[in-house]
Amino acid sequence: MAMLPATVDALIDAHGPHLAFEPPGGFAARTAPDRRVETHCCFCGQQCGVKLLVKDEQVVGVEPWEEFPFNQGKLCPKGVKRYLQNNHPDRLRHPLVRTGRGFSRIPWDEALDLVAERFERLQRRWGRDGVAVLSGASLTNEKAYLMGKFARLAVGTRHIDYNGRLCMVAAGAANLKAFGIDRAANPWADIAATDLVMVLGANVSECSPITTDYIWRARDRGARVIVVDPRLTPIARTAELYLPVRPGRDALLMNAILHAVIRLGGVDRQFVAEHTNGFDGLRQALERCTPEAVEHEVGIPAARIVEAAQMWVQAPRTMLLHARGIEHHTHGVDNVLTCINLVLATGKIGKPGCGYATITGQGNGQGAREHGQRCNQLPGARDIENPAHRAHVAALWGVPETALPGKGATAPEIVEMIHRGEIRGLLSLCFNPLVSLPDAAFTRAALERLDFYVAIDFFLSETARHADLVLPGSLQEEDEGTVTSVEGRVIHVRKAVDPPGEARADWRIICDLAARLGVGDRFDFASPAAIFDELRQLSAGGVADYSGITYEKIDRQMGVFWPCPSLDHRGTPRLFEGGRFAHPDGRARFHAVEYRPPAEVADQEYPLILTTGRIVSQFLSGTQTRRIGPLVAHQPQPRVEMHPRLAGKLGIADGQRVRVTSRRGHVDLHAHVVATIRPDTVFIPYHWPGVHSANRLTLRAYDPIAKIPEFKVSAVRIEPLSGGDA
Amino acid sequence: MILELFVDANRCIGCRACVEACSECPGHGGQSMIHLDFVERAASVQTAPTVCMHCADPACAAVCPADAIKIDAQGVVLTAMPERCIGCGNCALACPFGVPTVHPGIELMMKCDLCYDRTAVGLKPMCATVCPSGALFYGTRETVEDLRRARAANEFQFDGGLVRTRNHLMMPAATGVVAVGGVLTAPRSRAEQHLEEALC
Repeated sequence: MAMLPATVDALIDAHGPHLAFEPPGGFAARTAPDRRVETHCCFCGQQCGVKLLVKDEQVVGVEPWEEFPFNQGKLCPKGVKRYLQNNHPDRLRHPLVRTGRGFSRIPWDEALDLVAERFERLQRRWGRDGVAVLSGASLTNEKAYLMGKFARLAVGTRHIDYNGRLCMVAAGAANLKAFGIDRAANPWADIAATDLVMVLGANVSECSPITTDYIWRARDRGARVIVVDPRLTPIARTAELYLPVRPGRDALLMNAILHAVIRLGGVDRQFVAEHTNGFDGLRQALERCTPEAVEHEVGIPAARIVEAAQMWVQAPRTMLLHARGIEHHTHGVDNVLTCINLVLATGKIGKPGCGYATITGQGNGQGAREHGQRCNQLPGARDIENPAHRAHVAALWGVPETALPGKGATAPEIVEMIHRGEIRGLLSLCFNPLVSLPDAAFTRAALERLDFYVAIDFFLSETARHADLVLPGSLQEEDEGTVTSVEGRVIHVRKAVDPPGEARADWRIICDLAARLGVGDRFDFASPAAIFDELRQLSAGGVADYSGITYEKIDRQMGVFWPCPSLDHRGTPRLFEGGRFAHPDGRARFHAVEYRPPAEVADQEYPLILTTGRIVSQFLSGTQTRRIGPLVAHQPQPRVEMHPRLAGKLGIADGQRVRVTSRRGHVDLHAHVVATIRPDTVFIPYHWPGVHSANRLTLRAYDPIAKIPEFKVSAVRIEPLSGGDA
Repeated sequence: MILELFVDANRCIGCRACVEACSECPGHGGQSMIHLDFVERAASVQTAPTVCMHCADPACAAVCPADAIKIDAQGVVLTAMPERCIGCGNCALACPFGVPTVHPGIELMMKCDLCYDRTAVGLKPMCATVCPSGALFYGTRETVEDLRRARAANEFQFDGGLVRTRNHLMMPAATGVVAVGGVLTAPRSRAEQHLEEALC
């Protein structure tokens, strides 16, 4: 059913991506704006403060918001040009229904009725769980909360999950295991106040550029920097110690560093004794993990591993930061646990200038993982399989506990169930799996098997092209709400303009659909603030307690760090002060990690390691940023980055077209020959669809706990194509 | 209190926020007047932003046959006066730092005027406001030298003579006059040596 309704070229002609370069009316027309709306950038978890300039009810430009404390006016190019997504020619303005030749307009009432009728029909035939919901981590907390409630109470399915599955879940699971809570342990101000910053698998300069400033402010005071990454990133270039790890071997490296720390006498015995469990088991497990034993597998000489341990031990205060580079693995949770082991063993957490954080990637990467749109979760970061948590939420929602579905499938598993014909209907919001999930050919085949697919979107994403029905939702600046930034700081996204044409705020669409599905009384919200009030109530007493947070308080304090359990509580910028952790006994947990190799290792047929990631001018699957002209101009297409020694061996010149082939498929790209990557590794950014999609090459292999895909290690081979620079 | 612009290429991460922000400044008409270059991409990720250095005795103004380039009382070398500029490009050829660009189509030389509209009302230039790494900093010399280990330099020895500028380059240590010349290569960093040692 959900084959493309027209050729890709015809769909691009009608719905883009086209490029916007100028504000409405051009730069010359942009004089004296009517108002400056203090809000936040929609791209990435840093959530920089920014002012949007509005004139004649259109967003026409941007002004740095220097008073907002996190970024003090600083922005990356995405933040500067984000305003060009508004008034965009590709913007969806009307509900669209699939026809034999593309999409045509349909009235809202008919569209909403169609969803209810088709979902009910499919669920009669295939059961309640025959319909799934895919949601996103760029949504506000209000919308993330609403999606979880909508899936469980209105659709009645257990299958709701979100694209944070591709982002935060490995770190989240490891943080829960070790600390009993899933949030950055420190506010970012602690980075600037530390003595050593250790950055693992985080291309800070491109994926969270504002964090660069915090690191440099620490260095201005004399702090040193260690960077672990297979690519020599801009932040690695100036590091005192750069460890070019072989992709997929992070846990082994961290185990060896901790082994060396123990050997150097760097363990904080008092902290370990008073505030942790499980160190003896860990120490035994690490006994044979010497730097010398692992150096060849890790790809780094033992002396450098020891040097890292020495630097770590010598620094009074340290901040360890990591991101998707160590998390996008079949052992992503393990990798994160090895980092936490180092931090805990040396007692370097819970103090000013001293602690640990994962760098969230998506716009609301933190908040959207807390309030119930995950397959195993209820609001307040509660567990859907915990009877007490279920009872609490069911009571506040006014339904019997038995009416709450149980744990559902994760996002990649939902796609696999669609492929197997077990899930027949889908609603998606803020998720473009055709570009973002591994093994794109498989995802496409799954989409083509859906009986009914309704997509809520602001632009027609590559995935939404497969929909039977497209409902025009809202851009971030067209609605109000809160998000929770990388620091755990809950901030206020203000509405700048109304959605255009017939487009509606996402939450109104969800509430209207809930009414069509017969539960309108439980979705009778007048505003995002009303949804937030319900979220606060539901979260009270939970781990992620928002009950003391109000929009007014956020505005007054420039954000509120959760947990914030009462109206007179200022919030909690730093966790674990005094060594108090969130497990019931107040102690943190060590986890011995036995190294496992990646799912796919390089062999004779596919001798190279492919790793994927982001570039500074694009965001995630590019639904927005591939429509912003000045950002696209930075790098219009992906290139495959490789070391000159590898290029020489393969007979490839810089700029030459090459074919990259994995067991899943191939892509043809231009080579970018640079000496800033390991010679056994190649890199492709993943923001593009179709013939340029890095995810045509990646594999469907997942972490057993978090189900995060192994984007960072695929085996590939590369051959030059004739035709030179064509 | 003299507010000046300080350029520290060592901190630059090549993100191009400055380039994009420059084009957003009122009066720039969507044009950016900053160049952002990789120094030697094949070998290094080192990048450097090039902004107008605002020379005390600017070659661009000296060679302008139309007398279109003026210097204000604060020492800011202004963009060419549209009614005078003939788009000849002499300024672009003469500038030792490679800053001015003649914009095709409008036949007008445009260059950084230190965000006149913004600095006149107490704001920082757009580029130095947004720069996420502090590679571009606007403030006093005392402030930047107090905050950082690098030292500000504003005298440059070219083959053709000494050039003093209003803006500064941050150097790793106090250097006095900066000698400029030869082929530009990215400085080799410790990290590049560590990558050379990688076991593959």
